Amino acid sequence: MSSDPKQFDEYDLGSHVGEDHVVGAPPSGEQPPTLGSELRGYLLGLALAAALTAASFWALDEHVIYGPGIVMALIVFGMAQVGVHLVFFLHLTTSPDNTNNALALAFGVLIVSLIFFGSIWVMYHMNQNMIPMRTLLEMHLH
Amino acid sequence: MSAPEGALRAGSDPYHIGHAPAAGVPEYTGHGAGGPSPKRIVVGYGFWIFILSDVILFSCFFATYTVLIHARNSGPGPQQLFDLHVTAAETACLLLSSFTCGMTSLAVARHNLLWSEIFLAITGLLGLTFLGLEAHEFHGLVAQGDGPTRSAFLTSFFALVGCHGVHVTAGLLWLGTMMAQFPAKGFKQSIRYRYLCFSLFWHALDIIWIGIFTVVYLIGTITQ
Repeated sequence: MSSDPKQFDEYDLGSHVGEDHVVGAPPSGEQPPTLGSELRGYLLGLALAAALTAASFWALDEHVIYGPGIVMALIVFGMAQVGVHLVFFLHLTTSPDNTNNALALAFGVLIVSLIFFGSIWVMYHMNQNMIPMRTLLEMHLH
Repeated sequence: MSAPEGALRAGSDPYHIGHAPAAGVPEYTGHGAGGPSPKRIVVGYGFWIFILSDVILFSCFFATYTVLIHARNSGPGPQQLFDLHVTAAETACLLLSSFTCGMTSLAVARHNLLWSEIFLAITGLLGLTFLGLEAHEFHGLVAQGDGPTRSAFLTSFFALVGCHGVHVTAGLLWLGTMMAQFPAKGFKQSIRYRYLCFSLFWHALDIIWIGIFTVVYLIGTITQ
């Protein structure tokens, strides 16, 4: 793939990941990411994601991990893979550009947790507080 | 506005507004003096907000599935219904397509039409393979009488996985649009903003799928 700097426009201004320079100012001296370095990032992400996916399917085998711990292992592998995708594919970093994105993500995670774990918590407790169906039927029959 | 003395130097960015002032430019105070962020950052942020709202939508479906997984009306459960080999193949398709979507981003950043189109085509074929596998699985379930009307558990399963499938379908239509627009309109800014949003969308679909294969298929299969 060839690079043609003269075609670049406003899209390329502002900061790339890990590099900041003011609009219109000459580059700060840091090298922009090369094809090789970016490619390595994606390949590393792919390898990590594939390894975590393989680990999830492998963990299903009850002889490998203590039975009751499998669910927790799967959740940990899944969350780790989400992290890998966010960092290597979506390029979510701690750079100033990404502060807003990271804060929005944190808020999203909060809402998702409230909906998911809140629903499970409420619904399972509601089932516990209901009269069992068998008792209810007997009350009607007798 | 008075900033701390230590912060008053060129090149510093004490308020994290995204770009440090060049030498000779007055200190940015963090109150808009540095100007707005570049449009690429703003576009990405706006679409990121949409994606997060979509993730919240999916979290409702995930919660429904987890609550209803035992509501089977004496019907079959995940252990009898799901073939994890198909799930593994679907997972491989989406993960590889996420990678080739990243390769497309590298080609687009370098204004390389040929490689952009090649990697977009591979991404689309992997997405189509994924949809084909999913459609085959759904068709098999409905044909054996285990469609969405069989039990509350199956309703929630078809709603969650089907919603993801609809998103992949929409993503493929968008992908086709990009394949047509790169040759027709070139790598001008508006098209590249559009592609930036598409790549965010496609990567986010793969993240949703991580949740689906973990919660629906893997944890579902070991739940009695």
